[in-house]
Amino acid sequence: MTLLSVQNLIKYYATQKAVDDISFDISKGSIFGLLGPNGAGKSTLLRMITGIFYQDSGKILLNGEILDAEKHTSKMGYMPEERGLYKKMKIGEQAIYLAQLKGLSKKEAIERSKDWFRRLDMVTWWDKKVEDLSKGMSQKLQFVITVIHQPELLILDEPFSGLDPVNANVLKEEIFRLAQEGTTIIFSTHRMEQVEEICDQIALINLGKKVLDGKVAQIKQDFKGNMFSLEMENIFVTPPEGIDILKQEGNHLLFHLKENATSNAVLQYYLNQGNQIHSFKEILPTLNEIFIRQVQGTKDSREFLS
Amino acid sequence: MKTLLIIKREYLTRVRKRSFIIMTLLIPVIFIGMSFLIGYLAVGSTSKKTVVVNDQSSLFKNKLENKNNLIFVFENATSQELKQAVKDDQYDGFLSIPDFDKDAKVKFELYSKDQLGIETENDISDQLNHVLVEERMKTAGLSTSDLEKIQKNTISLKSINDKGEEGNAISSYAIGYGSGMVLYFFMLFYGMSVMRSVMEEKTNRIAEIIVSSVKPFQLMLGKIIGVALVGLTQFLIWIAFILILGTAFLGTMHFSGDTINAANTANTPDLMGGFNILMASTNWISIGLWFLFYFLGGYFLYAALYAAVGSLVNEDAQESQQFTLPITAPIIIGFVLMTSAIRDPNSGLAIFGSLFPLTSPIVMMARIPFGVPAWQLATSAILLVLGFVLTTLLAAKIYRTGILMYGKKITFKEIGKWLFIKKR
Repeated sequence: MTLLSVQNLIKYYATQKAVDDISFDISKGSIFGLLGPNGAGKSTLLRMITGIFYQDSGKILLNGEILDAEKHTSKMGYMPEERGLYKKMKIGEQAIYLAQLKGLSKKEAIERSKDWFRRLDMVTWWDKKVEDLSKGMSQKLQFVITVIHQPELLILDEPFSGLDPVNANVLKEEIFRLAQEGTTIIFSTHRMEQVEEICDQIALINLGKKVLDGKVAQIKQDFKGNMFSLEMENIFVTPPEGIDILKQEGNHLLFHLKENATSNAVLQYYLNQGNQIHSFKEILPTLNEIFIRQVQGTKDSREFLS
Repeated sequence: MKTLLIIKREYLTRVRKRSFIIMTLLIPVIFIGMSFLIGYLAVGSTSKKTVVVNDQSSLFKNKLENKNNLIFVFENATSQELKQAVKDDQYDGFLSIPDFDKDAKVKFELYSKDQLGIETENDISDQLNHVLVEERMKTAGLSTSDLEKIQKNTISLKSINDKGEEGNAISSYAIGYGSGMVLYFFMLFYGMSVMRSVMEEKTNRIAEIIVSSVKPFQLMLGKIIGVALVGLTQFLIWIAFILILGTAFLGTMHFSGDTINAANTANTPDLMGGFNILMASTNWISIGLWFLFYFLGGYFLYAALYAAVGSLVNEDAQESQQFTLPITAPIIIGFVLMTSAIRDPNSGLAIFGSLFPLTSPIVMMARIPFGVPAWQLATSAILLVLGFVLTTLLAAKIYRTGILMYGKKITFKEIGKWLFIKKR
């Protein structure tokens, strides 16, 4: 079931198209990664989904309804790239205030704040001011504020930026858990490892346009180069016809499978020789490689005409 | 309603700050302290001055009184010797009186190392003229008591308007000036408080988060109203303060009778009368209500503008100057207009200033103690309300976009686009 549908979105900044005809659908309960280089238009796109910005043309549908920022605000949670909080306000109080702004009653807000603080090990910091927190702590706080009202759709703009490995892991676990509980999550990033680990679906944006879109496994399949890795006893025998050898080292043979050949036939060939096979697998490109390949050769930064 | 939440938060955050409490308590103390200081200075601060007089006309000897810290010494030396004596610091000044024609206008030379000051010079010339007048009277055959009777100012004025109310120009002047000043300071102060808060929210990005929960307009309005309530709270505390201290002050007035007397003779004689009327006047309530209205109206008008300006700021504080100035300018102009309106409450300039919404709070408040025709008050009030509704709507358009625009330099042209191009 599609939770969020983005259709032909266009947004101009001055005369430049920051978002140029982008469409995609996100299914409920899935984790969606929005990838792209700096200046690609990710933040703008996310802000339109949140309702902070208005698109110049195109539609955004939430649960089949046209997105109405005021009506749907309680269903969405947004964590901007630049973390923002009232520096001099005590964090417990601040969490309650912001939760109430999202529509929770005071009682609920207090209850849930305390709950989350307990879960993320922040209880002793309840009365501290934001300016007294460590970075990791303030990012945890930012996260709490984003999810406290149990939104259906979670929008995270570069959530892992600046996090140390421990806290990045905590965040990753929370995202997983929330997705399992039914929350749909969309986040933007350029950290590919995270994407491969967590995302079901991704879209790659460059210069405001959508370049790639689909399930992670599918994309990797689409971009595979028919590369295989074979570990066997003796790799220096004559290869079969259907392969181009890319690398030979020790027991390891790296080759490219030609058009009409099948991997099974190749394996059969070596088996028939009585060669001892240790391992045989297809090498799929990493998202990182796909990303670089797609984006390379295009300008990284935006030129504003003014 | 979410706006109420925001109002509550803005109010509580400010009222609980130490700086609020300190300022609220400190300002009345400073104010009263200053009043005492001024009173004290009026009495005894002028130092004693000794003037040596060479009186060729023989008219003034023994007729000049040593009072008001002024001492006259009569010597029969030459001008040169006496000037030297002044140079040698034996005396503060040397008054040279030649034999003069009593019916002609004359100028006597007063030689001194440093200028003796207006007050001293006036004292001297007053005394000289007084003696001369007496002399003329004597020649005409009148005695000193006759003189006194003739000179007595027996007539004073009592101004009454249509309603038969008694007015007093002095007290009206004081109230008008006072309220104009207070309004001026506080519109600036609270307006800037709104601006700073908006700037803070923009630079530390909390604005983005709030705006994902509420409309920018709600945030702006909530903030403006919250700050207004802080201002009202402060005023209430001060009024309570002044009432308590005021009654205590009046109770101890007898021992500072000198202060009042000195103020009496030093300035206009009607001060005491004015003061009494000031205290007893029932117009306090009406003036108070109008003060409240104009404070709120003027504040709302300017706070909206300040909020808009705050949303335009970037990292560069210098740039924001170009936006702040056009907002502060009309307030200052209002103040200037007020000072002229105080002197002539019904001049064309005064009327204009009290109707034009950008200046009306300060100028009209200054005119009210003098009595203002009902139609002018009504027009001014309506215009002010329209004024702040307009500025709030304009400001909302600017605020909503400005608060999320980072990095890019914002020009007036850009702002024009926000105001006039329709957004969804």
